[in-house]
Amino acid sequence: MFKISKYVIYDILRSKVLIAYTLFLLAVSFALFSLETDGAKSVVSLLSIVLIIVPLISVVFTTTYFYNAYEFIELLVAQPLSRNTILLGEFLGVAVSMTAAFLIGIGIPVLIYSPTATGGVLLLSGVVLTLSFVSIAFFSSVAMRDKAKGIGMSLLLWFYFAVIYDAIVLGILFSFSDYPLDKVVIALASLNPIDMARIMVLMKLDISALMGFTGAVYKQFFGSSFGLLYTMAIMLVWIILPLIVAVRIFKKKNL
Amino acid sequence: MRYILFISFLAASLFPKAEVITLCNQCEIKELKQAITVSKPFDTLLIKSGIYTCINETINKPLTIIGENLPALDGQSKDEVLVVMSDNVNITGIEVRNSKCGSMKDFAGLRVFKSRYVKIENCVLNNTYFGIYLSDSKHILVKNCKSKGANYGKSDTGNGIHLWKCDSVTIEDNHLEGHRDGIYLEFAKHCYIQNNYCEKNFRYGVHFMFSDNDTYENNTFTNNGTGVAVMYSKGVHMFNNKFENNWGDASYGLLLKDMTNGIIRGNIFESNTVGVTMEGGTNMRFEKNNFIKNGYAMKVMANCRLDTFIRNNFSGNTFDASTNGELKENLFENNYWDKYEGYDLNHDKVGDIPYRPVSLYSVLVEQMPYAVMLMRSFTIDILNRAEKNIPSIVPETFVDDKPLMKMISKK
Repeated sequence: MFKISKYVIYDILRSKVLIAYTLFLLAVSFALFSLETDGAKSVVSLLSIVLIIVPLISVVFTTTYFYNAYEFIELLVAQPLSRNTILLGEFLGVAVSMTAAFLIGIGIPVLIYSPTATGGVLLLSGVVLTLSFVSIAFFSSVAMRDKAKGIGMSLLLWFYFAVIYDAIVLGILFSFSDYPLDKVVIALASLNPIDMARIMVLMKLDISALMGFTGAVYKQFFGSSFGLLYTMAIMLVWIILPLIVAVRIFKKKNL
Repeated sequence: MRYILFISFLAASLFPKAEVITLCNQCEIKELKQAITVSKPFDTLLIKSGIYTCINETINKPLTIIGENLPALDGQSKDEVLVVMSDNVNITGIEVRNSKCGSMKDFAGLRVFKSRYVKIENCVLNNTYFGIYLSDSKHILVKNCKSKGANYGKSDTGNGIHLWKCDSVTIEDNHLEGHRDGIYLEFAKHCYIQNNYCEKNFRYGVHFMFSDNDTYENNTFTNNGTGVAVMYSKGVHMFNNKFENNWGDASYGLLLKDMTNGIIRGNIFESNTVGVTMEGGTNMRFEKNNFIKNGYAMKVMANCRLDTFIRNNFSGNTFDASTNGELKENLFENNYWDKYEGYDLNHDKVGDIPYRPVSLYSVLVEQMPYAVMLMRSFTIDILNRAEKNIPSIVPETFVDDKPLMKMISKK
């Protein structure tokens, strides 16, 4: 499994797309930090990059990589290796390289300019988002045979989590605003990894607004140590669940 | 010669020289009660360091009381400690401790009642229910005192400095901590409050009720339950104060309720849940204030009229403003908003397109509080932008037509 991952990483490094991604993140974060004297404000701008761009790149890169490496995977399947090992090895390779790119691209500037708890949480949420969207991309590329369809599905999933889902939540809140929604809201947030990551950073960032009446519920729940454990657990589920489904499909797939 | 002697004797008896009466644990006079009884008006009582029992003692003649090395007057939690009921009393350098606590009566460490020209300086109040209680008094000075409330951190506690029906009181350089209100003014006029530090008070740092024409400046209010509240008062001036770290479910830096003709200038509101809340304010003027890193910089309710917001800085706030209806007859002009995205083609340092401080999202949160879950979501950004281009939901009149392009320097 680790051998497969190693080859995957070599392959990814050779293609230079990932290096371009790293450089892009580095450029953007350095630019944001040098434009704004207040480190906290730059973290806010970085947050939108982490929540939108990072999942998008993760999803697109992983899906295209998977289809490009399709012949290599076919070759591996012909070898005496279990399909489990092959897919997990592929996942590990892609996940490690994407995470490394993120940590270099955003981690280094954050550590230099804003080495605070907020910065730390931002990095953590970015890593977890990268992993869960790589996992989601694996699911869609295994599920679809056609490359165009696979990329289309990945993009659609990204669009759903990044934009549509929040609009749906807004609609739900609007229709049921007369009811007590404390628990519903927490459940709704759990159903979207981007929302979970956002709330994780918000707990550090907008604490004064959240302390108001409206935010008391979130503060109480997500601000507590139990809330943090809960958030991490849900994020882990968002990494593992799509991967398990992908492995199950891949096992029975007629290549 | 005889005449001279006679005249000087007469003068001496008519204008007696002020005597100094010394009080200490080994002296002839060991108790304050005894000292007050033997003293004549305009005498000086010198209290050497030590602990003296003093339960509800009344100073009923003009005296100067000076403490040496901070002697303590101990009320032993039985009643009030010291009561001033005379004009021209000076009290310096004394510690007052252990007044009775209870809600039947407002027990105070040091009470001043129906007096004028009283000075209280360099005193320390420890474990008193109310610290200094001034009622029906005029021309009082409270300076450089420190007070820590009894029942620290609980709701059942009195005010640090309490004013009831007073006039021309000066309160400066005091440190007030752990009371219900740091300073409380009710029916207090022409008062001047300066350089005080109010922290960790259960309710408000300073609380004005029906108190007109007062000024407070250069004070710091930090970590209080609800910052500062100014209610039902006219002509209160608030200059160069710092309101910071007032966090909580219903916490404000500054709460204004039914106010007229106030001026709020040069203050700093930093890291509060709400910087300023104004309900029923008429003819209020906000000028050159800094709103930094608050949840809401200001909440201006729709029943406010004829208010002016001019040359204020708004930066790093989650929401710049929120309201609950259509604001009428208020002026917002030449403020700096860090969220402003306009341009300045003619380089007059004023943005060419108006800025609306109330975003669509803050209206949404006001209507359905649970929408706070979507804070900083991409979807919300898109909606906010759409609303900014074609305003339809945000209040039409809550607008700064001449927003500044650059922050005003903090002076």
